[in-house]
Amino acid sequence: MNNILETLKKLWMESGFMGFFENGGWKSFIMIIVALALLYLGIKKKFEPLLLVGIAFGTLLTNLPGAGLYHMEMWDAYVYECPYDAANEAILYDVEEERVLSVEEYMASLPEDAQEPEIIEKLSFTDIAHIGGLLDILYIGVKAGIYPCLIFIGVGAMTDFGPLIANPKSFFLGAAAQFGVFFAFFGAVLLGFNGNQAASIGIIGGADGPTAILTCMLLAPALLGPIAIAAYSYMALIPMIQPPIMRALTTEKERSVKMEQLREVSKTEKIVFPILVAGFVILLLPSTAPLIGCLMFGNLLRETGVTERLSDVAQNALMNIVTLFLGISVGATTVAARFLTVNTLKIVLLGLIAFCFSTVGGLLVGKLMYKLSGGKINPLIGAAGVSAVPMAARVAQVEGQKANPSNFLLMHAMGPNVAGVIGSAIAAGFLIKVFGA
Amino acid sequence: MDLKMNLGDAAIDAVMGYAIVFLGIALLVLVVVLMGRIMSRKKPAPAAPAAERQPVPAPAPVPAGPTAPGTAGDLKLYGTPDRDAAMIMAIVADELKIPLNELRFISIREVNKK
Repeated sequence: MNNILETLKKLWMESGFMGFFENGGWKSFIMIIVALALLYLGIKKKFEPLLLVGIAFGTLLTNLPGAGLYHMEMWDAYVYECPYDAANEAILYDVEEERVLSVEEYMASLPEDAQEPEIIEKLSFTDIAHIGGLLDILYIGVKAGIYPCLIFIGVGAMTDFGPLIANPKSFFLGAAAQFGVFFAFFGAVLLGFNGNQAASIGIIGGADGPTAILTCMLLAPALLGPIAIAAYSYMALIPMIQPPIMRALTTEKERSVKMEQLREVSKTEKIVFPILVAGFVILLLPSTAPLIGCLMFGNLLRETGVTERLSDVAQNALMNIVTLFLGISVGATTVAARFLTVNTLKIVLLGLIAFCFSTVGGLLVGKLMYKLSGGKINPLIGAAGVSAVPMAARVAQVEGQKANPSNFLLMHAMGPNVAGVIGSAIAAGFLIKVFGA
Repeated sequence: MDLKMNLGDAAIDAVMGYAIVFLGIALLVLVVVLMGRIMSRKKPAPAAPAAERQPVPAPAPVPAGPTAPGTAGDLKLYGTPDRDAAMIMAIVADELKIPLNELRFISIREVNKK
């Protein structure tokens, strides 16, 4: 009888449930509630469900005590390039003093009931694949910058740059809508974030998930979870965030402007465009190479007309597989100890500011173009300069039709919309160049 | 590694970053416009012997319907409001999975069932 009770007690003590009552376990419980809220938003409210459901489930898995699917300390050891004790899941690093501990110092600090240390001097991806959990292994794709780039191949394969080639002036609206990136960057510094963190937060304003993830992963990996969640949540909320700003900054007359039909773009132009843009932008700002290179490669697959199978794979199978891995592994980084901080609230607030000011930037330059063109350009298409393809263009179309039911702005708004993808990649390239190691 | 910035440096970086984005985009616009010009120059000019051909009789004039917005300008609408026409074009493009600017609509006519 005693044996049975002992066994049951042992099972209980070693179960994940017990983890909720241990030091800081309540935080995991709160994160599980956050995960459920995100699942609700993704499933019921359809907020970017393809990514948000994955992120939410990753959040749930990583915060279940004892699951051991993701090891935050191991990734800290990888980032700080310091030794890692695989047996006790601890790093040999003093965060307060910001220095690597010697093995002797570490051994002296170990509690008596600690396991025999198994120290790895410097972790590599091979070590992580060997000792890490499932989500650690999937996270390698984020850490190595593979997933965002593969997603960009898919985005490129799905994007028609025709409206942008037909009306190259749209490019300026894509650039103008990066205003929020730099406004939020400044705001983040004002709120006490360091340069790398501020740059990662600012790029939320680019309204481009893969770009935000890549920038954050390179500059401030510890903030990846909140930044990715903020970026994708606000992208889903664009139909709610943008219209009030659009109506506040434009007049009824401006919104009702009907734009002229775009010229026809030849197949050759569409084939040359990705080659030209990739070559030119990468030469201008080499740090944009992963994003612009993959985006334009995907687009070339779409436009050549001889790589339809590859284009199809990039748009569908590849995109879906990578989205699946990206979502769940980004969600895994939302470990309670890192996520439940005041900084997360600041990031959520700054993300919203970034989105709003990006919209403002696009609209103001749209209004300028309206004046310069003698009223031929509808300034609403400026708001589509935040990349979020094609959501932002659809919002411009809806608002334009509200002002004038016969207005058809969608194709005109697609130009600034895809220009925003290029603009945010250039903004990210600049920030990576300035703040990257 | 703490890289705290002062506000002055942050403001300079922000302004410079925004300016670089505009500069990069402006140069890109230049390149794309140049590409457009070169491509349009390469388009084959109307064939010279055309003048020698027999003149083709002009087609009989067709009663012009109202021109729909958002088309090449030669779309004729027969009993179809502009708004419905725009919607129909968007639906056709979506169903065919062909971008709207690659489609040309000649006319849209409302067919009444009797």
